Amino acid sequence: MLLSIRGLTKSFPGTRALDGVSFDLRAGEIHALLGENGAGKSTLIKCLTGVYERDAGEILLDGRPVAPQSTHDAQTLGIGTVYQEVNLLPNLSVAENLTFGRQPSRAGLVQTRKMRAQAEEMLSGYGLDHVNVAQSLGAYSVAVQQIVAIARAVALSGKVLILDEPTASLDSAETEMLFSVVRDLRERGLGIIFVSHFLDQVFSLTDRLTVLRNGQHIVTAETAEVSRLDLIHHMLGHELEEAEHRRHATKTAQQSVLTFDGTGRRGKIAPFDLTVSRGEVIGMAGLLGSGRTETADMLFGRTPPDSGKAHDDDGPVSLRNPREAIAAGFGYAPEDRKTDGIIGELSVRENIALALQARRGWWRPLPRAEQRELAERYIERLDIRTSGAEKPVGELSGGNQQKVVLARWLAMNPRFLILDEPTRGIDVGAHAEILRLIGEVVESGMSILLISSELDELVAASDRIIVVRDREHVAELVGEDIETDAIVRAIAASDAPAAAPAAEVAR
Amino acid sequence: MTAKALMAGVAFAALGTAASAQTVGFSQIGSESGWRAAETTVTQQEAEARGIDLRFSDAQQRQENQIAAIRSFVAQGVDAIFVAPVVATGWDSVLEEAAEAEIPVILLDRMVDSDPSLYLTAVGSDLVHEGEVAGQWLVDEVGGEECRVVELQGTTGSSPAIDRATGFRNAIEGADNIEIVRSQTGDFTRSGGKEVMESFLQAEGGGADICALYAHNDDMALGAIQAINEAGLNPGEDILIVSIDAVPDIFLAMSEGDANATVELTPNMAGPAFDALEAYMADGTMPEKFIQTDSQLYTPEDDPMGEYERRKDLGY
Amino acid sequence: MSAGIRRILPQLLTLLAVVALITAFFPSFLSVEMVDGRLVGSAIDVLKRGAPVALLAVGMTLVIATGGIDLSVGAVMAICGAAGAWAISNDYPLVAALLIALAAGLACGLWNGVLVALVGIQPIVATLILMVAGRGIAQMITEGRILTFSHDGFAFFGSGTIFGVPTPVILWLAVGILFTLLVRRTALGLLIESVGINRRASALSGVNATVLLVFVYMASGICAAVAGIVATADIRGADANNAGLWLELDAILAVVIGGTSLLGGRFSIIASLIGAMIIQAIDTGILLAGFPSEYNLVIKAGLVVIILVLQSPRLSPRISAALSRRRKEPAPAGSATEARE
Ligand SMILES: Nc1ncnc2c1ncn2[C@@H]1O[C@H](COP(=O)(O)OP(=O)(O)OP(=O)(O)O)[C@@H](O)[C@H]1O
Ligand SMILES: [Mg+2]
Repeated sequence: MLLSIRGLTKSFPGTRALDGVSFDLRAGEIHALLGENGAGKSTLIKCLTGVYERDAGEILLDGRPVAPQSTHDAQTLGIGTVYQEVNLLPNLSVAENLTFGRQPSRAGLVQTRKMRAQAEEMLSGYGLDHVNVAQSLGAYSVAVQQIVAIARAVALSGKVLILDEPTASLDSAETEMLFSVVRDLRERGLGIIFVSHFLDQVFSLTDRLTVLRNGQHIVTAETAEVSRLDLIHHMLGHELEEAEHRRHATKTAQQSVLTFDGTGRRGKIAPFDLTVSRGEVIGMAGLLGSGRTETADMLFGRTPPDSGKAHDDDGPVSLRNPREAIAAGFGYAPEDRKTDGIIGELSVRENIALALQARRGWWRPLPRAEQRELAERYIERLDIRTSGAEKPVGELSGGNQQKVVLARWLAMNPRFLILDEPTRGIDVGAHAEILRLIGEVVESGMSILLISSELDELVAASDRIIVVRDREHVAELVGEDIETDAIVRAIAASDAPAAAPAAEVAR
Repeated sequence: MTAKALMAGVAFAALGTAASAQTVGFSQIGSESGWRAAETTVTQQEAEARGIDLRFSDAQQRQENQIAAIRSFVAQGVDAIFVAPVVATGWDSVLEEAAEAEIPVILLDRMVDSDPSLYLTAVGSDLVHEGEVAGQWLVDEVGGEECRVVELQGTTGSSPAIDRATGFRNAIEGADNIEIVRSQTGDFTRSGGKEVMESFLQAEGGGADICALYAHNDDMALGAIQAINEAGLNPGEDILIVSIDAVPDIFLAMSEGDANATVELTPNMAGPAFDALEAYMADGTMPEKFIQTDSQLYTPEDDPMGEYERRKDLGY
Repeated sequence: MSAGIRRILPQLLTLLAVVALITAFFPSFLSVEMVDGRLVGSAIDVLKRGAPVALLAVGMTLVIATGGIDLSVGAVMAICGAAGAWAISNDYPLVAALLIALAAGLACGLWNGVLVALVGIQPIVATLILMVAGRGIAQMITEGRILTFSHDGFAFFGSGTIFGVPTPVILWLAVGILFTLLVRRTALGLLIESVGINRRASALSGVNATVLLVFVYMASGICAAVAGIVATADIRGADANNAGLWLELDAILAVVIGGTSLLGGRFSIIASLIGAMIIQAIDTGILLAGFPSEYNLVIKAGLVVIILVLQSPRLSPRISAALSRRRKEPAPAGSATEARE
């Protein structure tokens, strides 16, 4: 056995995150680590790499007990890790991030050219030809950053590679590329731990799987011998109530609430027209970097439009900054929850109340009892796994942080809510729950712009779908046309037909 | 440059000798303290009284500014240059340039590390001597009685603090009845003097055990006087106060009976400098390499209000 | 409430330890008497002498909570003190002189806030400008001399007493309480913390980060103005060269000892005030102990290092864990060796 964990236990104040968990990893296998949000997957990984000090249990690598004290220690032992929250330095260049701590140097001076060559070599095979390794990392998208983190970890792992939700922000082509790298490593005899909420990926990639629930080990089995339904049952402890597909609204004489005429911003997204109706879900599909997030940022006034105008029944709507957008009844749960969403050290309660409080103004504090009540309601409604409303949101598991950001905006009850990848990193159960919730709020009249890479999700939830390509809104699908194949065709109908990516969808 | 100055320069060059200096360049450090500002004012007054055209340059605490100013004085062909050097080192080459141009240089108030042949003379006070005058006053004042002294020192490690401490100790060396019981730095500031004096009072039985205060400058003494007042004691009577500098405000305190003695650090460095220069110009008399200014002692008998009036507009 | 106490417990314990240490050297440190209707004693001196740093620490806490820093407060003290002294010595009424000093502080804060929030200069650089230029401005007001005045009303803010308590003590307590109420009874505190932790996310949630940043620098400016008034009133004169010199560093230190991270986020004004008193207790203790001046800074630095190390987030959980372990189970002899394996 390459790696075995025996009786691993870890408690945080108010939570027992891991409760005597055992786990085995063979050389030359890809092992899925599964479980709901907050089940303890990331904690297990962090105990393994020394980020957290374990309370009890032992870790054997090649049969010998090891106790790494830090990620660096773990790397020297041959364990490379990509954490759920990418942990790179955005101010440094891509090359520096890739070679950090091991830069080629002579006489104490970093040999820049050699370092860049090394970095380029590390990145080859991931299809990132357009990335300039001398650029600072922060200039690139989350997806590129994610791949840089993976490339770095792969290069560092001699024996074990750990990937905590590596594909959450990757598109299908990038995911495929990652998988082929991972399979290569398996051939070379590495053991790979793979955490994901995409069950399709689990079934297509992994050899064995282990399920955790509430910090306890539930099952370990050969992936091929487990059915999808059983797997979900192991994870949730009950059956999944599938969200029913929404009837694609064909309601006649819909009441329009917002109209955008020729709205656009040079260099970000070409001008487009959009009419938003009351109680409608507008899906938005497209590859990463195609202009989806740019559209959202612009509509919310973060990078305000430089052309066109927006208006509602009462007249023009000004969108020069987020506060104006909020005043106009907009809401926006952004894609990058760590940098744009959560306020890590504030409590769950404060995070949920934040936008409401900002709208009321500083001189009218939301009474604490009201904040508590609000927080309790959304903790219950979104099934946020936390030991209490006062827990700092940064200590929640990734998926639960995502739910807190959603709760913040639902609490605002906006008339137009923009959701950019709202289900990223969210487990199967909660995923269905969120889709159900979207259905519920639109019933009450809210309109939603839903941006997602998961075509199934779009198909299930949207009344119509806008397809974005090369920073332009290129197609709109309505009614019968809303199905995955049509979306894939619209996304791929580019000038280079050969490059059509195999759309990977569905959980 | 005025036509008059030009002509004077030409005349000087043509005759090879002149009765007296007509133009003098003065490179001042800056105006970091009231004393420094007073020195500038007094120098200008002295020059005016002697009918000398003074070219003034404020270096704002930077040696490169001073060097540039000296070069420009040399280029202008002044008759003599006064410098109050901001630091001690790095003057050799510019002083050599002045020597080549045969322009005498006089240092005011501070010394340099260069060869003494490079300047005519230096005018300054003797810091140790100042401390001695203050100490001697106290020895005389208390007679043979027991006296516990607290000392407010200047900024730790600065040469005035070290020298004034040494001088005072020299003076009281023979007097066994006088003892320095506490000594702390008040950083030459009023607030420092006040804060440290408060702690002295606390530590010495509410001030009852203190007979005298020696402060390295008047500002600290003035702060300490407030502290003593606020502690319900009578400065000048319950606790004797002796300090150094003779700034205007200490005379006010003296006239109210709050201070007993101060030793003057005169801002008039220029007077002796002009005198030495005049003698040198007239018949080539070489002055001493160091001209020590008086460290005069002032007490309430010396018409403190008059002294105050004399000083208050000098820029302190 | 108990959460509030827990927040300031480390600072309180530190203060107690420092006081105990001083009392060991100087037994009458804590004795307080009533003389002529005013409280007198070393402990009172600590409370009074600590006023400038305590006042600065109030504003500095808010600035640091936003992830910024205000290096200019010492110089702003000098400016405001000079402005007040100028006004009072030119026979302005007391209220006008105070208002002029406070207005000068607000203007300095506005300048810093605009540079940081609107122009986007890094706080350390933006406030460095005024730190350097401020003393020059103050010197222009005082014309390079110590601008003295004799006005008992103004001097009252430095050396007066209210019910026997020195006015500066009342002032810093009042300013501290006022600002605590202002930020905690409204949502300001929450919004400031939120901007300090994650400005981007806060702005996306509709928090007006720009206005908040300007506000905290103005708050810092007004606190510096009050500190400047106290320092000037104390010596009945505005000393442009020395008023508030280096106090910005003590104020930052007070905030850090108070447990507010220099990276921004959660803050506690009360803890910073205790931090200021810890620093002043050390300063006064050193004076009382009567060491030679050469040792002042070394002793202070040594004590501060010890305090910061004990409070460091890496160490303190281990220390408290070790303490509680020892308290619960008198460690069996074998356990140490077992643990080492
Ligand atoms: N630093 C921490 N402090 C306190 N509690 C923590 C901390 N880290 C994790 N937890 C708690 O431990 C539990 C397990 O969290 P963990 O991050 O391991 O979940 P996860 O399985 O990775 O979930 P997800 O799928 O959402 O990423 C959660 O209840 C979480 O709130
Ligand atoms: Mg996780």
